[in-house]
Amino acid sequence: MSLIEVKNVKYAYNYGSQDAIVAVNDVSFGIEEGEFVALVGHNGSGKSTLAKMLNGLIIPLDGDVLIDGMNTRDDSLLYDIRRQIGVVFQNPDNQMVATIIEDDIAFGPENLGLDPKEIRERVDWALGAVGMEKHKKGMPFRLSGGQKQRVAIAGVLAIKPRVLVLDESTSMLDPKGRTEVLNVIKRLNKEENITVVLITHYMDEATDADRIIILNKGKIAHIGGKEIFLEEDRLRSYGLNVPTHIHIANSLRQGGMDIGQIWTERELEEEICRLL
Amino acid sequence: MRDIALGQYYPANSIIHRMDPRAKIIIALMYMVSIFFINTYTVYVLTFLVLFLLVLLSKVPIKLILKSVKPILFLITFTAVINLFLTPLENKPYVIDVYFRQWTVNNIIFELKWKFIRFGMTWTGVNNALKMALRLTLLVMGPSLLTLTTTPVTLTDGVESLMKPLRIIRFPVHELALIMSITLKFIPNIIEETDKIMMAQRARCADFDSGNIFKKAKALLPVIIPLFVNSLRRAEELAYAMDSRCYRGSKGRTKMKELKFGLKDFMALLLAAGFSFLIFMARYNWFSLNIIYSLV
Repeated sequence: MSLIEVKNVKYAYNYGSQDAIVAVNDVSFGIEEGEFVALVGHNGSGKSTLAKMLNGLIIPLDGDVLIDGMNTRDDSLLYDIRRQIGVVFQNPDNQMVATIIEDDIAFGPENLGLDPKEIRERVDWALGAVGMEKHKKGMPFRLSGGQKQRVAIAGVLAIKPRVLVLDESTSMLDPKGRTEVLNVIKRLNKEENITVVLITHYMDEATDADRIIILNKGKIAHIGGKEIFLEEDRLRSYGLNVPTHIHIANSLRQGGMDIGQIWTERELEEEICRLL
Repeated sequence: MRDIALGQYYPANSIIHRMDPRAKIIIALMYMVSIFFINTYTVYVLTFLVLFLLVLLSKVPIKLILKSVKPILFLITFTAVINLFLTPLENKPYVIDVYFRQWTVNNIIFELKWKFIRFGMTWTGVNNALKMALRLTLLVMGPSLLTLTTTPVTLTDGVESLMKPLRIIRFPVHELALIMSITLKFIPNIIEETDKIMMAQRARCADFDSGNIFKKAKALLPVIIPLFVNSLRRAEELAYAMDSRCYRGSKGRTKMKELKFGLKDFMALLLAAGFSFLIFMARYNWFSLNIIYSLV
C-alpha cells in the first residue's frame, strides 16, 4: 500500500447549483514514501483543490483519499493525518501566526502538546533545516519572500511530517527566492527522507522530481517519468511551458545533433561543450 | 510605522525587563487603583519619586516616559481648567497646608459678577486642578513603563495566564489571546497593503488629500473595501494554514516559552503591595499615626 492513495476522487465547487465548477474529476494516483513527485497543471487544472484534499481540508465528493491507510473522510483521524502531511501554501504572510519567527515555528509543535524542551529542540532543528537559524528572534515582515517561505516550511517541518506538500509555494517568489526554496526542498527530500509533493505550474521545477503527474482540466493527463519533456506539443496542449534548456536540447536533437538526455541547464552546457 | 507590532517596547536588559509579565501587570493594576486614593501633595511627590526610581532601574530613557504624557496633555489641561473655574464659589476660609506651616486665607481669589452670573477662581479650585493633573500624569506614566519594558507578545502571554481562572465559566481565554497575537502579527501586513491599494488608486487619479472631511472620508471608500475583502481572504488562508499545522483550539496545547514566576517577582509584588498600603494609610489615617506628616 502506498503512503498516499488517491482513489477516483471528484470535487466540484458550488456543487448542486447551476454554476457548479468541476475542479477534480475522477483522479487516482499513489505516492510512495521518500518520493519526490511534481504535480503540475495549468491554472484551474484542479491542483490546489487536490492539495487541500491530501490533508482533509477539502473532502472529496466522491472517491477516497487514504493517508497511510487513514481515510480523510473520518473526522476523528484528521488530526493524525495532518501530523503526517504538512502543507505549505502560496502566500507566506498568510501562514504565520506570531510576530517573532521562533514563536511562529513553535505553533505546530505546541499544538501537538509536546514538552517545552522538545518544542525548543524542534524549532532549532527546523530553522536549521531551512537555513534560517540566524533569524530565530527576528520578525517575518523584515524578511525577503524566499526567506519568509523558508520560515513557513520550517513551521510545517517542526511538526515532523512524513510528507511535505507545497501548494504553489514558489509562485509568489522572485527567481532567487524560488531557487532558495527549491534547494531546501530537494535537500529535505534527500537528507531527511521526507516525501515531497511539489505542486506548481512551472514545468522547470518538475525537472527535479522522480515522477511527474500532469493535471489538465481536473483530469490526470500524464503520470510517469521525465520522458514527457520530450513531447513538447503535448505539454503545450496542457497549457504548460517547456523549460528553455530542454527546448533547446530537443530542437538540437531534431536538427540532427547527438544530444543525450539532459534535465538541467548545467547538463546541457556540458553536452554542448562535449560536442564542440 | 512597520515597527508598530513591537508596540512602544524599548529593548534593554534590566531587572524590570526580565520580570514576569504577570507580576508587572498586577503591580500596574495596583498602582492605578492606589493613585485614586492619594490626597496630599507629599504622597504625590513620594509616588513620583518611586516611579522615577523604577524608570532608572528599567534603563528606559526618562524622555520616553515623559513622551507618553504628550497624547493626553490636552485632556490634562482641559480637566485642570474645568476644575479651576467650575468649582463652586464658597466663601469659607481655606487652609493652605505646606509641610509644617499653615495659612488661613480667603478661599476666593477673584470674583466677577454680571447680572446673575458669578464667575471666579477659588483656592479649592486651584487645589483640585493641580491634584487632577498630577493624578492623570501618574496614571499614564506607570502603565507606559509596563509597555515600554514588555513586548506585546509577552504581555499577551501574561494576560492569558492571568485570565486562566475564567476558563471555569467557559470564557475563551486561549482563543482571545490567540486573536490578540494574530492581530499584532497582521498589523504590518495590513499597513503595507493599505499603502499598496492607496498607490494603486492614486495611479488611477484618486484624490485623498483635498476637500472637506466628508469628501476625504468618501475618497477612502475605494481603499477600505478592497482592504476588507483582502483581509477576509487572508483570514481564510490563515485558517487553512492553521488547520494544516494541527491546530485544534486550546485542547492539549502546550507552550514553548513557559512563564516563570520567580522569587524576585514575588518580592516586587510585596513591595508594591507595601507601597499601596502606605498610600491607603496616609489617606485614611489608619492607626492615627499621621505617618506621612511626621516624615516631612
